[in-house]
Amino acid sequence: MGLTYQSTGTGALKEMFQVRADPSKDVVVALAGNPNTGKSTVFNSLTGLKQHTGNWPGKTVTNAQGSFSYGNKDFVLVDLPGTYSLMSNSVEEEVARDFICFGKPDATVVVADATCLERNLNLVLQILEITDRVVVCVNLMDEAKRKQIGIDLDKLSEVLGIPVVGTNARDGVGLKELKDAIYNISLGTAEANPLRIKYGNPIEKAIAMLEPCIVSLVGDRINSRWAALRLIDGDKTIRDSLDRYLGFSLADAQEPASLLENIRKTMEANGITTDELRDKIVSEIVRFAEDTADSVVTFMNKHYNDLDRKIDRVLTSKTLGIPIMIGLLGFVFWLTMQGADYPSQLLAAGLFRIEERLSGLFMSHGLPGWLHDILILGCYRTVAWVVSVMLPPMAIFFPLFTMLEDLGYLPRVAFNLDNFFKRACAHGKQALTMCMGFGCNAAGIIACRIIDSPRERLIATITNNYVPCNGRFPTLIALATIFIAHSAGAFSSLAAALSVLGTVILGIVITLAVSRMLSKTILKGLPSCFTLELPPYRKPQVGRILVRSLLDRTLFVLGRAVTIAAPAGLLIWVMANVNIGDMSLLDHGASLLQPVGYMLGMDGYILMAFILGFPANEIVMPIIIMSYMAADAMLELDSLIALRELLVANGWTWLTAVCTMLFSLNHFPCGTTLMTISKETQSWKWTLVSFLTPTLTGVLICFIVAQSVRMLGLA
Amino acid sequence: MQSGLIPLHMLPLGSEGKVKDLTAMGNARRRMLDLGLILDTVVEAIAKSPSGDPTAYQIRGAVIALRSEEAGKILVEPV
Repeated sequence: MGLTYQSTGTGALKEMFQVRADPSKDVVVALAGNPNTGKSTVFNSLTGLKQHTGNWPGKTVTNAQGSFSYGNKDFVLVDLPGTYSLMSNSVEEEVARDFICFGKPDATVVVADATCLERNLNLVLQILEITDRVVVCVNLMDEAKRKQIGIDLDKLSEVLGIPVVGTNARDGVGLKELKDAIYNISLGTAEANPLRIKYGNPIEKAIAMLEPCIVSLVGDRINSRWAALRLIDGDKTIRDSLDRYLGFSLADAQEPASLLENIRKTMEANGITTDELRDKIVSEIVRFAEDTADSVVTFMNKHYNDLDRKIDRVLTSKTLGIPIMIGLLGFVFWLTMQGADYPSQLLAAGLFRIEERLSGLFMSHGLPGWLHDILILGCYRTVAWVVSVMLPPMAIFFPLFTMLEDLGYLPRVAFNLDNFFKRACAHGKQALTMCMGFGCNAAGIIACRIIDSPRERLIATITNNYVPCNGRFPTLIALATIFIAHSAGAFSSLAAALSVLGTVILGIVITLAVSRMLSKTILKGLPSCFTLELPPYRKPQVGRILVRSLLDRTLFVLGRAVTIAAPAGLLIWVMANVNIGDMSLLDHGASLLQPVGYMLGMDGYILMAFILGFPANEIVMPIIIMSYMAADAMLELDSLIALRELLVANGWTWLTAVCTMLFSLNHFPCGTTLMTISKETQSWKWTLVSFLTPTLTGVLICFIVAQSVRMLGLA
Repeated sequence: MQSGLIPLHMLPLGSEGKVKDLTAMGNARRRMLDLGLILDTVVEAIAKSPSGDPTAYQIRGAVIALRSEEAGKILVEPV
């Protein structure tokens, strides 16, 4: 960045961090904390729906801000990325550190997990070194109680010299006290007397030498003791940040530079290397956290973690771990299909009844027939199809999935699968990004941010599309039900679930194979450092999950699908009904694509549907249906049996269904996903690779399957 | 390697070890220290992934999975 900021404080807040606050009256509060501490629950409970999310300027790290009023003041809450530390140099840590240090929030709340306080204190202590205005929020007090862990909050507050509030954010317990503490600290009505960690002689001496000189150069723009410590530590990224925000190089200025050189020589003379110096600094904090935790936490049941360990032994066991994982996934699919079937039919019937009414209205008002056809047969019908096919499965799938997420099962999936990813020279957390991909590939791409190494992040990005998203599930489910389950009699929904599960597993295998291929060719490299936390299992909050997954995910994805389906329906209707010569535009396109479609086991219409479905995968099936129906008289399509008849009448066999499913799994990402990829990678080259890789895979697989099946005379 | 020390990934499941040395450098070393793996920290090996790697360790109340490549750079004294 070529920009330098001459000022810090409120002006800089807006410029550098894009905080949506009015510096003259709003109080800015930062929210920090380890991952898995319920930090986002605290954020949501404090701000309700008054939220705004975006990116940190110039970084692919999510920046969420929200607001709330308390007392007579308006507060702007800035949710910092969840981190364990501020010193390991990941982008998230840099963002959090820079905001606390240079954004100068009026208060910083650190959310800590009551069941794992010692580990969380590490971050609390690091933040206390940067700013005095800290409130510690010890969350998940109910979990601690359940595990018989006692925490002396008053004593913790006394040791740290800052307010400590125990909360149970999921049930709203302690939030008033938390707001009170935030109010008092940020407005200075309560005096904090924060603890200073002492580092022992050589380091303290060095700080004492350097600090006055820093004060003389930068005044109170940053915490001078902290800056001195970081300069002695010699951390490169902190130096860069300091330079950027101060507008000049502090470490290279004449006086500090000569002092630093002296300090280095003294340390060396005492036999302390740079690495050892760092070890000492970090160790001091870790040890202090240990001592503090020892004095305020009492474990009334030494075996409080035994149940978690027992569950882990089953869920990650050598023999059962992977079968259970596949079983769970299959069970989720089965429940989704089984449960969605009836509501889907009901919705379809209802929506088509409305269609009749609408048609009646059009007629009685004497509106032109073509307008009726475009709006009702084009737009409305496509939307009705998308809603009735997508809504019920999503309303079941997303809550189930969120439940697994809440339980803490997903990190176990990453743990179970990591070795496969390691062999593919990829990152174990790629499994987590794939899990997100089941919901929406664009969301999966954004989730790739959790992977630090750029190489491994690119691999995860390019291969995310091999996980079928919610827009493709209906296609897979419908085809599996019609062509595979149809012949399975009483076990039809089981057979359908198994074939969808098979498709998903195939997608995972392809992901691993392609990841490895990428690692050996255009993205050469070794696996990076891997650490993965397996958080404690938690009882999911069912009511909350329902609301959250319905609002955040289901309605969001559905809304997107509908806004794309309506204009797409219109376009397709026009294409199906505008003739050039004796054929419609759609027929022209389809006949052009027919040879390629046939080679891949499909036909021209299907291929055309995939191309026209580029804006959103949800509309691929509706396009296929509409193109076939345009030729026939418009029939009412209110059941899967009718759909089967329509497809068979248009020459579909089981091979067509299989190839369509395979191509649905392996083809170019949808428009939204590609846009997300281009935003995240900042490169059209990698966007193009992400477009071509899955498409070529699909072409290759469909070609091989279609040709061999035909050669063997099976279809 | 000092006698009696073994790399962490060789620590048998269910047993504990005391951290005595880190051979990782730079960022990887910093990451390990941040996990709380400082001198004399007691670590317990608690579970292996179905395919044998990574392994989950109990470190200061948290459960952290490490691949053998990383765990190999942490030398422990079995307790």
